[in-house]
Amino acid sequence: MPSTRDIRRRIKSVKNTAQITKAMQMVAASKMRKAQQAALSGRPYVVLMNSVLGQVSAQAGDFSHPLIEKRTIKKRALIVISSDKGLAGALNSNLLREVAKTDPNTTVYIAAGRKGAQFLSRTKRNLAGEFTYKDAPQFSEARAISKFAQDLFLKGDVDQVDIAFTNYINTLTQKPETRTLMPIGEIKALDADLQSDNADSKLSTSSVEYLFEPSASSVLGALLPHYLNYQVYQVLLEAKASEHSARMVAMKNATDNAKQLIKDLTLDYNKIRQASITKELLEITSAAMSMG
Amino acid sequence: MSKTLRLEIVTPEAKTYSEDVDMVTLPGVQGEMGIYPMHVPLMTQVAAGEIAVRKDGKNHFLAIGEGFVEITGDHVSIMTDMAIKADDIDEAKAEEARQRAVDRLQQKLTDEEVASVNAALLHSLTQLNVKRRRRV
Repeated sequence: MPSTRDIRRRIKSVKNTAQITKAMQMVAASKMRKAQQAALSGRPYVVLMNSVLGQVSAQAGDFSHPLIEKRTIKKRALIVISSDKGLAGALNSNLLREVAKTDPNTTVYIAAGRKGAQFLSRTKRNLAGEFTYKDAPQFSEARAISKFAQDLFLKGDVDQVDIAFTNYINTLTQKPETRTLMPIGEIKALDADLQSDNADSKLSTSSVEYLFEPSASSVLGALLPHYLNYQVYQVLLEAKASEHSARMVAMKNATDNAKQLIKDLTLDYNKIRQASITKELLEITSAAMSMG
Repeated sequence: MSKTLRLEIVTPEAKTYSEDVDMVTLPGVQGEMGIYPMHVPLMTQVAAGEIAVRKDGKNHFLAIGEGFVEITGDHVSIMTDMAIKADDIDEAKAEEARQRAVDRLQQKLTDEEVASVNAALLHSLTQLNVKRRRRV
């Protein structure tokens, strides 16, 4: 049976752990809110982008652009958006399991986030580029990733670009997902809200007749890279929101477990303490009786 | 009939500017253009450069990155990846950023680094140009 002192020591150490996990939980919660906020503050941009896109794609008519062009797929590029740090439950392992399914012979990889980069180099896959992004993703970071991928695609090094990330559904649910970035299929309306599903949103066209300078198709052509940049930015925000909420939930579970453990240990401790008191009392009374 | 234009400048990170103004001068891709109220609806691209805004008889200046603009009779909406007011530009910081970008371009860089450094360079140059022109 462990001594009371051993148990006291364990309680103390579990308490310390609980304190740390609790702190991490709080930090993750506030960062998650920040990521959601960042997505919302992009809304005016999205609204304007959608309105311009709706206008130009309606006016451009028969339009072809290298970013839209479908080619036979010989080589693919996969952008892997993972987190930098662990302690976020199964977040990264779920994502990387999806990534592991891709064929390493026909795929080149672009990593954003350290965990993904580590995984790709560990499994000796073809890593074309490695990017980092901050806790609060900046648009310039998204632009760098998107530009790099567009260059690969336009040079003909790859015939399709996919992006794998963890989609933020709500605080409790995040799902690894792979989307095709290039070639651009149907031009869909963007959506600033992280939680809503933008699978079937359509572009709206207003009744105002716009002039275009130089022409609708050239404006659309110039707009497409920006459209992609914003998509990557949005994916970064989704991934960050997922990371923080996954971490928050993982740390909440850890804190709860630690609390349960402390409760059990305290019970054991009291039992042992009582047992030793009873033993002592017994000894004293039996000694007194034998004296008398 | 409206006498003013509503100028809005939005970036992916925030709505930078939203005010009623008398006139806007934009760096269009095919040359500078001035927009007055009741302009014909127009959509076009803008190049990185300087926007001049006239409001209550005074001129205000902003540095913007490349982007797009939607113009209606009473609205000018600019969608860009950077926008900063001339008064808010920190010249020392912009100069430092420019220097850093130039230095980095001297080194051996991979493609992805060149792309991001070039973008950073463009931003700091635009900011510096706007700031310096205001002084002379």
